[in-house]
Amino acid sequence: MTGVNDNLAISIIVSAILYGTPLLFAGLGELFAERSGILNLGVEGMMLMGAVTAFWVSQKMDGPSWLVLLVAVVAGAAAGVVMSLIHAFVTITLRANQIVSGLTLTIFAGVVGLSSYLGVVANLGAQAGRHRFSDLNVFGLQNTPVLGPILFHESPLVYVSWLFVILSLLYLYRTRPGLYLRAVGESPQAADAMGVNVTRYRYVHTLLGGALAGVGGAMFTLQIATNWINGLTAGAGWIAIALVIFAFWRPELLMLGAYLFGASLGLGYDLQARGITAIPTEFWSALPFLLTIVALVLASVGSVRRRLGAPAALGVPYAREEG
Amino acid sequence: MIPLSVRFEPRERLSRWINIWVPAAAVLLALVVAGFVLLASGNNPITTYRQIVEAAFTQPGAFTQTLVSTTPLLFTGLAAAIAFRMRVWNIGAEGQLYAGSIAAAGVGLYLQHLPAPVVVIAMMASGAIAGSLWAAIPGALRAYFNTNEILTSLFLNYIADFLMYYLIFDSTSFWRDLTSASARVFPQGKYLPASGNWPALTLSSVVVPLGLVIAVVLAGLLWGTIRGTRYGFEMRVMGDAPRAAKHAGMNIRRKIVSIMLLSGAVAGLGGASQVGDFRHVLDPRGLEQAQFGYTGIVVAALARYNPISAIVAALGIGVLTNAGLALQGPNFPIGLTGTMEGILLFCVLGSEIFARYHIRIHRTVPVAALHTEATPGSDAPGAELAAVGGREQAS
Repeated sequence: MTGVNDNLAISIIVSAILYGTPLLFAGLGELFAERSGILNLGVEGMMLMGAVTAFWVSQKMDGPSWLVLLVAVVAGAAAGVVMSLIHAFVTITLRANQIVSGLTLTIFAGVVGLSSYLGVVANLGAQAGRHRFSDLNVFGLQNTPVLGPILFHESPLVYVSWLFVILSLLYLYRTRPGLYLRAVGESPQAADAMGVNVTRYRYVHTLLGGALAGVGGAMFTLQIATNWINGLTAGAGWIAIALVIFAFWRPELLMLGAYLFGASLGLGYDLQARGITAIPTEFWSALPFLLTIVALVLASVGSVRRRLGAPAALGVPYAREEG
Repeated sequence: MIPLSVRFEPRERLSRWINIWVPAAAVLLALVVAGFVLLASGNNPITTYRQIVEAAFTQPGAFTQTLVSTTPLLFTGLAAAIAFRMRVWNIGAEGQLYAGSIAAAGVGLYLQHLPAPVVVIAMMASGAIAGSLWAAIPGALRAYFNTNEILTSLFLNYIADFLMYYLIFDSTSFWRDLTSASARVFPQGKYLPASGNWPALTLSSVVVPLGLVIAVVLAGLLWGTIRGTRYGFEMRVMGDAPRAAKHAGMNIRRKIVSIMLLSGAVAGLGGASQVGDFRHVLDPRGLEQAQFGYTGIVVAALARYNPISAIVAALGIGVLTNAGLALQGPNFPIGLTGTMEGILLFCVLGSEIFARYHIRIHRTVPVAALHTEATPGSDAPGAELAAVGGREQAS
């Protein structure tokens, strides 16, 4: 790979997609949960559980690499589902405060919690990864100038994420369940009156959120890092939650946002790899968080927010007899 | 499907007993659930629980160590409790504590030749101010731009963390030790001389750090403020009935900023105590691994945002944290601490509904009839049956 495709701009776009994809998966998941009215601040914890579970499975299982990786991703998604089930039960059925429950989930599953514990119990920290997603060469076009490395030479997970964005758009805006989902998030009373099972919609979409966060986490251990480091998502779950806000709860904008923040995550690595070290690493590490704050402020400036706001019932428990 | 439906009926009055036995049952349940986690990882829960108690209370010097773990958690727990009480979600105690540590270490080093009491007080003041300023950012953004303070305060934790690392590991800053032999191999902060080491009380064999005394006094003051002052009254109204507060003409923006400043000051003071009472140096790795700010959220939630209860909750979590440090090793890896905290908090959170509602389990009426008659929010008998089980069958 030399010549036209070996320049900083293309390498930034490629790494934006690589680092942006876990944000995209986790953000899509959070988008569905929030569209149903459930705020889940446990994304970071769910991602870490997905990451550690997927890595564990990929290390233990024997078989052709593609099968091992497939099973590992599914296991990561399942771990995310189990975590989100706790949040769903506590907030939907037991009507506890969603903010506190989500934070609890991140503490329970996070860097000093269950994911760290599993990593120690299975002795994963000391192991080099056995399997890694390799980039596909779609239609043999990977060396096409400019577009090759961006569109035709990506991880299978990237193509899956593109598919999910399209499916999400169709689901939300072109199907009846998607319409009901939006109704549940805007006005559960009205949705209930239409005969929509509010509780079921909230459970299903919170669990879907957990599954996608688990997949996002799995991408860290099966693609980006290919080993297990305690707390390796390093705040990606929180950025995913912020992305949902400044994507105004819309999948297509979420994709754009995920790649922008993926770029800011990847930029530091790229510049260092090219020997540009005039600016300290801590600055590059802090940059995505700084940008996220700026973007949140811009997204929350009055007029914009009023037009394209959050689901009206976000964070409010629904108790039918209370009307 | 079993033809049963679960119904929640609000309790007409809250009895004192309900508020004691429900949390007690939740803690018991948490011990049982955590016991299964221990069993699954090949430990005998009874043995582990006994070890936790021994490491916290009975071994020589154990209680002193428990208080070392409790002190920062009481600061961060109070910081979270007063903000959360007003539904201002300050998740930034972690970063505010870092900011307090940076400031207190800097001031302690800079003023080291002054008399000790001056240095100690200057460290406290600078820690509180730095924490306050760090919290003012998300506070002002929430108050004036309606920006979600959960996320901004949280992201500022990461930024403060990177700042600490920069000061010690990646620059030749004032905080960094550039002279000693070990510092040439492993970057570390400058240690404060004796003038910056806070005095401690010794009661028989137990050492009570000055920070803990301050935190307990603060807990009392904050409790008194919430219960007995106009400011506290307005705070409670805004927490319990934000709409009423608005109609009553309270200045909500100013309240939000002031509560963030107060919350940040408490967390920052905790950071100063880390430097003055315990570490005597700016220690990025140690502070980051300790996760005091996040654990403070557990303390605050367990205490239901009551500053006095926070003392008990901080002690309880202090026992667990201390056990995590004392028993550290293959049988009790550090991840178990957060896992057990999470289980405990989920049980307590989930149990609150049992204190607020009667739970009644009924046989359901034939579902088809119910579905057509039920009107949400009405007083029709069918609507009362709205509940998890019944609804699932209805659709």
